[in-house]
Amino acid sequence: MRCRVCRAHAVVDIRRHNAAFCPDHFIGHVNSQVAKAIKEFKMASAEDRLLVAVSGGKDSLAVWDILMNLGYDTTGFYLDLGIGGYSGRSKEAAIAFADSRGVKLIVRSLREEHGFSVPELSALTGRVPCSGCGLNKRYEFNRAALEEGFDVLVTGHNLDDEVATLFGNVLGWNTQMLGRQRPVLEERVVGAGAARAFVRKIKPLIRIAERETAAYALIRGIDYIVEECPMVEGNTQHRYKEALTLLEEASPGTKHRMYFGFLKNVSDRFAEDRGATELIPCAGCGAPTVASGAHASGELMCSFCKTKALAQARRAEREDATGRGVKRR
Amino acid sequence: MKLRNPDRVVEVDGPRTVSALLNRLEVVSEAVLVIRDATLLTRDEPLAPDDELEIRPVLSGGSRPTEGAGR
Repeated sequence: MRCRVCRAHAVVDIRRHNAAFCPDHFIGHVNSQVAKAIKEFKMASAEDRLLVAVSGGKDSLAVWDILMNLGYDTTGFYLDLGIGGYSGRSKEAAIAFADSRGVKLIVRSLREEHGFSVPELSALTGRVPCSGCGLNKRYEFNRAALEEGFDVLVTGHNLDDEVATLFGNVLGWNTQMLGRQRPVLEERVVGAGAARAFVRKIKPLIRIAERETAAYALIRGIDYIVEECPMVEGNTQHRYKEALTLLEEASPGTKHRMYFGFLKNVSDRFAEDRGATELIPCAGCGAPTVASGAHASGELMCSFCKTKALAQARRAEREDATGRGVKRR
Repeated sequence: MKLRNPDRVVEVDGPRTVSALLNRLEVVSEAVLVIRDATLLTRDEPLAPDDELEIRPVLSGGSRPTEGAGR
């Protein structure tokens, strides 16, 4: 195959575009696709300070690299989830990338911040690991962005991520999630002082397929962590991706048509389900949380604090039981 | 032909391109990158019997089913 732009030997073919590219023009293609998404969905301006959530994987490191190429003011944020050797190796990848580019990376540890890792949280609460992990990341990413004064939080969600989430939301007809599944989640404020509650979140890689972010990382010499998280085995999202990739193989462009067709023709029909929910301060951490449901139970706590409180209570029960066992002996 | 990640040596007669090899191995081409000597290969790239290739999976899992919850 020949490069669509310069006719040199191609290294990446993109079937849905019916195109192939040499290394330089593939990098240019990816950068222009990201710039197009940022412009189309008004994701960020040149004045914004962007916090990029990085995992050490290809997507988050690629989006950070691309945003730097495009001239944005970026800082990385890595959250150590405490998943054995995997977290250690992913942290090394994130630090090595930041060092190689000479850019700032903020590193926090879930265990140091809250006293538990993702595996420990799952074992204590019975919560599915990926669900608990997602809850922790959403909470900590937003908290870090607010505390450090960033305007925008960037995640590395790509076209495959978004279409798999859409597929899952359609399978369950989760209209609230369908309403919220946008490339940009706008900033929200709370209270009379209009303090920022949720920082703006953006997904600049929505026009880039996962295979392309991997190719981008390889060509750019980004030494990302190739191994998969050991806790993701059997993950529903992963099964959806595999099914959709089979459809893409048979009919290139399927994923793009489904996702961008949804944004163009369907998303606004669920606008009411997005819910302009009232925000109240969490009794546990003071962070804003949705008011609905909290009043009924009398517990004005956010999901994160409820889960954390449950984990702490279960741990105390176990330690108490262990202590009694020691005394009996 | 020698394949890496995971490392194994496979005997595959005849596949002359990346696409033919992936078909023979029943690997979905959209789910992998094929790499030879640190260089990516397109699906129509010719292969030699003594090639050493990495077939690298690209689909990652994730914690996304509840995206947007809590806000």
